[in-house]
Amino acid sequence: MELYLVFKVLWWLLLGVLLMGLAIMVGMDMGVGAMLRYVGRTDTERRIALNTIAPHWDGNQVWFILGGGAIFAAFPLIYATAFSGLYIVMLLLLWTMIVRPLGFEYRSKLSSPAWRNAWDWTLVVSGAVPMVVYGAGTGNMLMGVPFHFSWDLTSYYTGSFLSLLNPFAVMCGVLSLSLSVWMGGAMLMGRTARGALWDRARRAATVGGLVAIVLFTVGGIWVSHLQGYRIEHAPLPGVAQTPLQQSVTMAEGAWFDNYHAHRVLWLVPALGYVGMLFGLLAIRAGRSTLAWWLGALAWIGVIGTAGVSLFPFLMPSSSDPSQSLTVWNAVSSRYTLMWMTGWTVVFMPAVVAYTSWAFYVMRGKVKAEHVESNPHAY
Amino acid sequence: MINDTVVELSRLQFAATALYHFLFVPLTLGLSFLLAVMETVYVITGKKIYREITQFWSGLFLINFALGVATGLTMEFEFGTNWSFYSGFVGDIFGAPLAIEGLMAFFMESTFVGLMAFGWSRLSKAQHLTVTYLVALGSNFSALWILVANGFMQNPLGAAFNPVTMRMELTSLAALIFSEDAQTKFVHTSIAGYVTAAIFVTGISAYYMLRGRHMEIARRSFRMASLFGVLSVAGVITLGDALGFVGGHAQPSKLAAMEAMWQTEQAPAPFNIAAWPDQGEQRNAWSIQIPYVLTPLLTHTFDTIVPGIDRIEADAAARIRNGIPAVNALKVLSADPANAAALSQFNAHKDDLGYGFLVKRYAKDQDVANATDEDIARASKDAIPNVFTIFWVFRVMVACGLLMLAYFVISVILSLRGDVARQRWFLKIAPWMIPIPFIACEMGWVTAEVGRQPWAVFGLLPTWMSASTHSVGYMIFSLVGFVLLYTVFAAVEVYLMVRAIRKGPQSHHAQEDSTTTDPELAALVLTTEKEH
Repeated sequence: MELYLVFKVLWWLLLGVLLMGLAIMVGMDMGVGAMLRYVGRTDTERRIALNTIAPHWDGNQVWFILGGGAIFAAFPLIYATAFSGLYIVMLLLLWTMIVRPLGFEYRSKLSSPAWRNAWDWTLVVSGAVPMVVYGAGTGNMLMGVPFHFSWDLTSYYTGSFLSLLNPFAVMCGVLSLSLSVWMGGAMLMGRTARGALWDRARRAATVGGLVAIVLFTVGGIWVSHLQGYRIEHAPLPGVAQTPLQQSVTMAEGAWFDNYHAHRVLWLVPALGYVGMLFGLLAIRAGRSTLAWWLGALAWIGVIGTAGVSLFPFLMPSSSDPSQSLTVWNAVSSRYTLMWMTGWTVVFMPAVVAYTSWAFYVMRGKVKAEHVESNPHAY
Repeated sequence: MINDTVVELSRLQFAATALYHFLFVPLTLGLSFLLAVMETVYVITGKKIYREITQFWSGLFLINFALGVATGLTMEFEFGTNWSFYSGFVGDIFGAPLAIEGLMAFFMESTFVGLMAFGWSRLSKAQHLTVTYLVALGSNFSALWILVANGFMQNPLGAAFNPVTMRMELTSLAALIFSEDAQTKFVHTSIAGYVTAAIFVTGISAYYMLRGRHMEIARRSFRMASLFGVLSVAGVITLGDALGFVGGHAQPSKLAAMEAMWQTEQAPAPFNIAAWPDQGEQRNAWSIQIPYVLTPLLTHTFDTIVPGIDRIEADAAARIRNGIPAVNALKVLSADPANAAALSQFNAHKDDLGYGFLVKRYAKDQDVANATDEDIARASKDAIPNVFTIFWVFRVMVACGLLMLAYFVISVILSLRGDVARQRWFLKIAPWMIPIPFIACEMGWVTAEVGRQPWAVFGLLPTWMSASTHSVGYMIFSLVGFVLLYTVFAAVEVYLMVRAIRKGPQSHHAQEDSTTTDPELAALVLTTEKEH
């Protein structure tokens, strides 16, 4: 049984790694998309911006797909309950995400300005909306979501679509977008020559960083006043169980329980602040690579902070707290987790290795003459 | 309580989005391999024209690929958004191949497709060829894992119900992966993709030859694709037969529907070439039969009895009766996991749990404890899929397969014996063959998935129970949204594809990857250019 507990915690950590990988890699591409019409004033500038991520966005997007698949495999009840409960929000995410591959691939295939403008706007929307939804989804987990189960674990969502767009969730969404803009800005600074585009990318990244610091701070204060969740009694964490066997209460500030119990955990939000503050300095100094890595650190700190606050909760139920989904009761069987761990240990390093190689092969600055002379460029 | 309209709308939405996604997948599967073959010829012979051939088809590949990726995103999320109960009930098993697909296959395919498109001048010939092979390998591995997942729905192996967690759990990954159903399905489906790509390439090449354009590229493309196609189409038919054999054992109801066999007959039973199945009357209004052929065709023997619909329905009724106590026991266990009496009752009836679920739909208050004899009779009729649809859709698929076999045999003979460009009659036919493999692929999906009904997971979980508990309004909203978006996508894709085909291959000097700034890389580009 103890081994099962280890696997449960391990997969909670791996879920975190996936969500961070998604935020860093997909968020970067989304950031470039979201600010496309700001950083690129002319068609050539926009094409330069797009071609910095052209060889990579597709591979990066798999973080998003793998995120869905891994939640399905490791936390099936989360996949089932969250994706169906947040139906309209998920559609918003999906519909904006599925136009993105077409935006990249098709935008520069025709030279008509109307055609290109239309695709530019889809890229802006498909960059901004998913990242807002991503943050808002996490925000809603901290707020709790109104759902309950019947005896056979059929889930029922009883809230409305608009209740998912509450102020706290929207704020988390904007925080997520601002970090993405930062990462996109750092990427553009790294892959373009100094000039008007580079300057605008730096300005956008600076604004992104500043907004992120403010919202992360406001969010922390806000969470300290939110109704958090606490497990009163439940089967032992290492035991196979369903969400029908526990009792959970709500209390203001309960999301800080873990930090109070283990002071070392304060390092997690501190990491976020270190990333953001030093990252801003790096952006001002024009050190784009450093700024990118510090941005990644900021993401790790921000997502880690939310994860630590919620632990062991994943998706608390605001309408029936005792049916909240936790790491202990929403997880897959020990056997499945064991095999998934094996596959991850083998293939995740491979993914990181060949992704790095792909970035290495395509290194260097993207310039106007290259985009204009190459008919196959985006 | 589950709403029937919501279930039907969920099914419609899934079928629409899956069939749409499956328009782009086969071409990706096949063309990625065909590109690898073309590029191999380029690397071995060093002839520049093969590089132009590879780059031209890779341009079309990418237009198609973008939509395959986009519509695939929908599928990855649709189980959770629209099939919530299904996802919780079998996610422990079904989620694993989906996650492994992302981790092992789709990451590889998507990372290297970027290098394939943008890395021509940054990679050595051997490196680029490797990248192209990795894209092909990635897309085919992707198909493997998806079909392992689907294989589980067709024949749930390597899993058992756990009454503690109230769901199906994986007991053997090997049984899941190496399930005969999954493996035969994988080979049949991926080779169907190769056939699709081969017809696509021969059809467009024929279009060029007919107009005397790009003759050098068209002739070579045509020959390569014909050879690739004739081998593939032979494989797809062989594997289709194997699939009927393997799948027929797992799902007698699908097999009986495919052959419109209402009564169990003495072996060797006759085969219906054509028939007009009437599900209400449980008979064929008319049929054209060949005596004795069905049994050897399906069982590869002369004396095995193939169960007809009458026998399958009777079996289902018995299993429903046996499954009802399992569902009742489960309800007790849900509230009181330690109840020993309920556990032993459950264990005695657990093999028919899924059949117990089948009657839930008709029982009063959707509680199987209230199930009457009429409810059971209705539910056992449900155990048979829509015979008319399956019977005819299957025949359309087979007819397409045989038509493509004839096409490729002729095209290989023509292109090996002489100059195919002179056979204008054949060149005129070839472009019209392009829709055929797409129709066959779609019909294959319908045969497999509609034929599995009423089950989401065969014998275990009815489709009807699997859906999310949405309102009808939500479902209409999402369906309309998908239809609108996908219609626009289709128009854009077809427009760009036709435009790229009309424009044809570009001259070579424009192909350089010009993002090079590094002097070392520029030198590399110069040296690779000299090699051509």
